[in-house]
Amino acid sequence: MDGGLTDFYRYRTEKSPRAQELIPEELSELELYDRDDLQKSFVRQQAGEEREASLILEGIVCAACIWLNERHVKALPGVLDFAVNYSTHRARVRWDNQRIRLSEILEAISAIGYHAHPFDPGRQEQLYKQERKQAMRRLAVAGLGMMQVMMLAVALYAGAYEGMSDGLRSFLRWVSLLITTPVILFSARTFFISAWRDLKRHQLGMDVPVSLAIGAAFLASAWSTLRGTGEIYFDSVTMFTFFLLAGRFLEMGARHRAGQAAEELVKLLPATAVRLTEAGEERVPVADLVAGEQVLIRPGEGVPADGRIVEGRSSVDESLLTGESLPQLRKLGDLLVGGTVNNESPLVMQVEQVGEDTVLSAIVRLLDRAQTEKPSVARTADRVAGWFVGGLLLVAAGVATWWWLHDPTHAFAVTLSVLVVTCPCALSLATPAAVAAATGALTRLGVLTTRGHALETLARVSHVIFDKTGTLTEGRLRLERADLLGTVSHADCLALAAALEQRSEHPIARALCSETDADLHAENVTAQAGLGIEGWIAGQCYRIGIPEYVLELQGGDVAANKTDAEDRDGVLLGNDQGLLAHFIFADRLRVGAAEAVHRLKNLGIGVELLSGDQATAVRAVAGELGIDHFQSRCRPGDKLARIRTLQQQGAVVAMVGDGVNDAPVLAGAQVSLAMGGGTQLAHASADMVLLSEQLPHLVTAIRTSRRTLTVIRQNLAWALVYNMVALPLAAAGWIAPWMAAIGMSTSSLVVVINALRLRNIPSD
Amino acid sequence: MDILFLLIPISLVIMGVAIWVFLWAIRSGQFEDLEGPAHSILMDDDDPRIPHRPELKDDDE
Repeated sequence: MDGGLTDFYRYRTEKSPRAQELIPEELSELELYDRDDLQKSFVRQQAGEEREASLILEGIVCAACIWLNERHVKALPGVLDFAVNYSTHRARVRWDNQRIRLSEILEAISAIGYHAHPFDPGRQEQLYKQERKQAMRRLAVAGLGMMQVMMLAVALYAGAYEGMSDGLRSFLRWVSLLITTPVILFSARTFFISAWRDLKRHQLGMDVPVSLAIGAAFLASAWSTLRGTGEIYFDSVTMFTFFLLAGRFLEMGARHRAGQAAEELVKLLPATAVRLTEAGEERVPVADLVAGEQVLIRPGEGVPADGRIVEGRSSVDESLLTGESLPQLRKLGDLLVGGTVNNESPLVMQVEQVGEDTVLSAIVRLLDRAQTEKPSVARTADRVAGWFVGGLLLVAAGVATWWWLHDPTHAFAVTLSVLVVTCPCALSLATPAAVAAATGALTRLGVLTTRGHALETLARVSHVIFDKTGTLTEGRLRLERADLLGTVSHADCLALAAALEQRSEHPIARALCSETDADLHAENVTAQAGLGIEGWIAGQCYRIGIPEYVLELQGGDVAANKTDAEDRDGVLLGNDQGLLAHFIFADRLRVGAAEAVHRLKNLGIGVELLSGDQATAVRAVAGELGIDHFQSRCRPGDKLARIRTLQQQGAVVAMVGDGVNDAPVLAGAQVSLAMGGGTQLAHASADMVLLSEQLPHLVTAIRTSRRTLTVIRQNLAWALVYNMVALPLAAAGWIAPWMAAIGMSTSSLVVVINALRLRNIPSD
Repeated sequence: MDILFLLIPISLVIMGVAIWVFLWAIRSGQFEDLEGPAHSILMDDDDPRIPHRPELKDDDE
């Protein structure tokens, strides 16, 4: 083994995709990326001829792939730097344009079996990065500050009992002030800014009392330090800041992940298209296409825009948009939708809609709208919080006034006690702490939560709606059985079939090729769109495809074998002597699908199946799983309508899906789950992602969410009881601010410890 | 206990250094990929053994 690549084979944990030899057309597509006008959108020019671009890498399955890519690309002369991010599967490449061109780098990556697309990281990504870095800085300062101040606080508390010289005591207080100041000015600034924004919009968010408590406690402590007497609350202030920041940091991470997935949508449309002009063919960027032009779409290529076929017939894979598992035959005059994939033979399409007017952009807009309509739950929570905060501030003001009139010397201490003791710490921690603990536990299980409200809503779910293809089933065809019709053995039939289907992109071809390792070669292979494939193997002519096509080879009687033709998913294999085998394909049910449906029903949840697929296929799956309510041939609009009907009857609907066509439906349901193997768009619009692809985990997630809701209720009850007991005591002046601080911390601790119980998911 | 008047300022300086190191780490992108490096450390390009093991040449993939 040359090249020192032993490590790759030693450490790889997954089989990597096979190296692809680029056919000349793909090469010319890559070369298009060298054009300066196209590069403008994704390449950053640096000093001289040095350039930098971001790439999305496809085919990365394990860390060894990263190592292989980095090693291979870095070794190219002219490449200055190449770094792959394992978490995001993005790469950054820096090269010297005089010594190597971008197309050569992309070609080198293809040569080892991966696919790289340049993309424009855009402002959004830059913003995410900034936000993340800023949040980490705030967290770092708050965390280190908190540790130091806590250490000093322990000394001060101990000193209060054991006795401490006044000089040392005041020294420790000054040091605490010194450490807390940057925490307040830098880390806690985000609360102040957000509270100020709320106030300007005449709203009361959680950040208002948080800012008030942090600000007031800090100012009072600073005043006490200056005067040399009175209580200080630096420990509470820094701890409070740190915990709140930590919670928000985790929330931000989940939000960014969802946003990134949405950005990868661009991959659905190809970057370039072949335009047909009077002068011949030319490759142009898709953005340059205008309505009325004709484009050539070769087999295996994506459709660049919406349009109508003016020449050729072929099968087109529309599964991304319609959920239909088999490619659809499209002929002269039929509509093609941008983002679908041409499977079999070349098509010439007249472009009708480009850019914003295409179906794909419409789906994206639908999704955007559904997503912006969504956070009604969050808005309600905010409104309630607003009332609570408003009431709290009123009480504090009332207490302050009363004490000011009756006993001005104690007014500040008592008011501060009231503010601190009722600080909505426990109340604001009650939900996030429980949600964070449960989310963490579920993530370890392989269920990723991308939106904060998902768990709360999942607990109240009354109906679960499944998509079929890719959700309840595995989403790819597999050979179910092969009926032998001749004397050739099972293995040989498979080998012959695979040899014929080698070059085809049809799902049936992929299913056949994955069944055998034999290395037969077919010559003079010709494919007839919608019919089958013919080829010569070892001097004999073979055909594979629909019965009429294969029987034609023997000149036999088509009607005699008509019964076989009724199975839609079957194909025949034959040569000029006779038929050899009948292959039957099916999309297999996922392991655990039946168990999941059964357990959902046991929990009293209604299960429905809405699919874009054929009625027979849907009925078969529903029957096998015991789903009573199902609908076939649903378009995304139909699914959305069904969900709206259920919702009007008061149901809380969870939608489980995987495709682009599911995206608007996912966004329309109260809570939605996407399969891990599903499309990026589905991920982006889902509230949760089943990375494990195990449907029973859905049930676990629902049970966990119900437990979470119980814990949240316990926490809220505790926080309310605590506040109701503590508030009158504090208002009466019986609680000193230091007691209030301890009370507040204890109350928060109880809430957090209660929430931590959720970290263990009981096996059921 | 007078030593505290010296030790605590020293601890403050150490804390300042810790914050500075942390901020440096954030600035230089140490936290951008938290998964990859854990794997890549296992795969050392400069492992001197690999090019010098002729018996591996006959290995298949």
